[in-house]
Amino acid sequence: MNSPVFDSHNAAIAQAGSGPTEAGVREYLTFTLGAEEYGVDILKVQEIRGYDTITRIPDAPDFIKGVINLRGTIVPVVDMRLKFKLGRAEYNEFTVMIILNIARRVVGMVVDGVSDVMQLTAEQIRPAPEFGSAINTRYITGLGTLDNRMLILVDIEKLMSGADMALMDAHAQYLQ
Amino acid sequence: MSLDLSRFHQTFFEESFEGLDTMESALLRLDPASVDAETINTIFRAAHSIKGGGGTFGFTAVSAFTHLLETLLDQMRSGSRPVTGELVNLLLSSVDAVRELLNAARDGRPANLELIAGHQTALEQALANKPSSSAPAPAEVNPGTTSAPAATRGWRIRFAPQAGLFRSGNDPLRILRELASLGSLSAEAQLPEGLSLAEAQPEDSHASWNLELLSSASEAAVREAFAWVEDECELQIAPLPAAEARPALTLIQGGKTEAARDETPTPPRARSGQDRRSAGESTGSIRVPTDKIDVLINLVGELVITQAMLAQTGANLDPVVNERLLTALAQLDRNTRALQESVMGIRMLPMDFVFSRFPRLVHDLAGKLGKKVRLETFGADTELDKSVIEKIADPLTHLVRNALDHGIETGAERLAAGKPEEGVISLRASHRGGSIVIEIADDGRGLSRERILAKARSQGLEAPDSLSDAEVHQLIFAPGFSTAEVVTDVSGRGVGMDVVKKNILALNGQVDLASRPGQGTRVSIRLPLTLAILDGMSVAVGEEVFIVPLAAVVESLQAHPEDVKTIGHSARVVRVRNEMVPLMALHELVGLEPSAANDRNLCILIESEGRKLALGVDDLLGQQQVVVKNLESNYRRVPNMSGATILGDGRVALILDAGELVRRLQPAVAA
Repeated sequence: MNSPVFDSHNAAIAQAGSGPTEAGVREYLTFTLGAEEYGVDILKVQEIRGYDTITRIPDAPDFIKGVINLRGTIVPVVDMRLKFKLGRAEYNEFTVMIILNIARRVVGMVVDGVSDVMQLTAEQIRPAPEFGSAINTRYITGLGTLDNRMLILVDIEKLMSGADMALMDAHAQYLQ
Repeated sequence: MSLDLSRFHQTFFEESFEGLDTMESALLRLDPASVDAETINTIFRAAHSIKGGGGTFGFTAVSAFTHLLETLLDQMRSGSRPVTGELVNLLLSSVDAVRELLNAARDGRPANLELIAGHQTALEQALANKPSSSAPAPAEVNPGTTSAPAATRGWRIRFAPQAGLFRSGNDPLRILRELASLGSLSAEAQLPEGLSLAEAQPEDSHASWNLELLSSASEAAVREAFAWVEDECELQIAPLPAAEARPALTLIQGGKTEAARDETPTPPRARSGQDRRSAGESTGSIRVPTDKIDVLINLVGELVITQAMLAQTGANLDPVVNERLLTALAQLDRNTRALQESVMGIRMLPMDFVFSRFPRLVHDLAGKLGKKVRLETFGADTELDKSVIEKIADPLTHLVRNALDHGIETGAERLAAGKPEEGVISLRASHRGGSIVIEIADDGRGLSRERILAKARSQGLEAPDSLSDAEVHQLIFAPGFSTAEVVTDVSGRGVGMDVVKKNILALNGQVDLASRPGQGTRVSIRLPLTLAILDGMSVAVGEEVFIVPLAAVVESLQAHPEDVKTIGHSARVVRVRNEMVPLMALHELVGLEPSAANDRNLCILIESEGRKLALGVDDLLGQQQVVVKNLESNYRRVPNMSGATILGDGRVALILDAGELVRRLQPAVAA
């Protein structure tokens, strides 16, 4: 079901964290939402998949698209484009889902596209200024720069376990 | 020495608690009138291994106390101390003391020393009471590891059969076994020197044996074992001198006393732990953490889904061209199902798991209440999923307590009512279809209609006289209800039948109660066999599929448009055989668009907690067994849904929670 593109990414993900990296260098998976480019810690990424049949869930916010069957596990899927009102919330064979493994839970995240895996040193990361990103600044850990690109680095764990994501029961949030 | 023993503690505690349970049930089986040596042995073995473990792991309090217990048991086993009811009670309470010691050791808290000291004194006193008969010294614990008492005489036997032994239909092994039944046998086999496998004839007997039999059997008895082969072998039997060195090869261990006819009667001997155990005690098991089994069950669930996907794809293939593939698919189908059944079977435990705790409970409570009660259990080997069994234990305990406390009358009352003095409580488990039915029945006074009604009114419940008996009986399931005139130590502590009912409903079960004044009460509980698999009816709403638990489905029907009435502005009811049932369109409930063809008024009538509800659906797809998956592990609770499952095509379908649906809708409809 997955295209070779995902497979090459998945290979990169599998490699990340296993190979020796220099001190201070961290790897980020980059994805696009509208015109902005974001990066998440690759150690939180489990895999990348194509769009699957999603079962809708009653009484859920519109950005929670529903649940999918990920090899027997029921996994909720968040459409980040709807959540942050960015990009076109279309579903076709190019739609990409990043499966994250955060706080011992598995969550799927639909984005416009996955770019690549980038290595950033501490010097390349600047503190986030107060600026008008679609994502609340408290979830942004910094801005990464590489050549002419600018990455918005997101604390995906904090973002996904936040109360406004409605992904967990209140007591589960408390336990985090 | 840096060996860390603490990692074995958990196992020690688990095994010890199991051992205590074994002791307890065996003690309750022990009948002073006819003592079964094997039962005493069972108790002794359990005590012995607790003592051993306690010593090894440094729980000296446990091993010291158990040692006293063991000494007492040893005397009972050797027959030097008669088994009396008092002794059994003393041992039962000592079991409690050991349990307290073990609990304390496990939790790392100081034990209740007063309690222990009391029991210890009682045990010591019992031990100080010299047994009346002067029987011989206690039998050895394990004939295989301890050397035989010097007094035991035995026989040295040289047995060299002729080559043609087999051809006359004899088997040396059979003879050796017979000898072993006379006492402790050790054998040393010899092959002729220079015998090569190439020359050896498979039909010839080549071996000869040097045997040592530690037994009190007479020479005649030993000779009898060789009766059939006497003229076909070289046989020498000589008495064994005392203090003989241990033989090289121990073939068979074990002891039996029947053969010792012409000697002084010997006490019942211990059978060693390894050789002979009654079938019920040990059938060979391994200890596996449940999460490993859960992983296995999940994987098999996956396999079943993959198999269903393959079958769907295969159905579209040309059966002539792909004959072999389709045959293989059919075989895969059978194998997968068989695998699924066996894997689900791993989680199944016999009801005995729960039932076994009741003899003690009844014994103690009946004593406390001064009643004579006999407990009968039937169908203890009926199997039930572990998760269900764990959750059913408390409600059952409550029901048994209730039956003892409120149901069974005192001896005098029973005699006055013309009943036998001894009351009977029976526990019965059986499979019926895909469910298990557990019945708790007593032959006591039954429920009193007047008292229930009076009590209900005093609690502010609506209880008109016109209620049928069944409806009156249902009142006792109301929260906070208790008819006991006196709140006793045993029951009536505020936790009532409502909790029992709630627990059982939470397991997708049902409770029924039948009672006749003066004749007794019977509570029957119907439960699904497992919580991991659910019989469901799949229904379509728009593009989605939902599963309705079959247990809640009363019927499905196509309502006539004139039977559907609107009340107020939105509430609707449907008439089903002159009964008005609230109607709710499932697509509204789950916020989906109905499909275009939704003019057929298809309804599923569900019932839960005595309330009915009609669910309007687009289509009925069929019945199927589904593997229940938890939504909370990665997401959160979804209102009106009890879980999710994966359909044959790999899609996720949500499972409706019938109880929540009727509860949620009731106020809206009533308003």
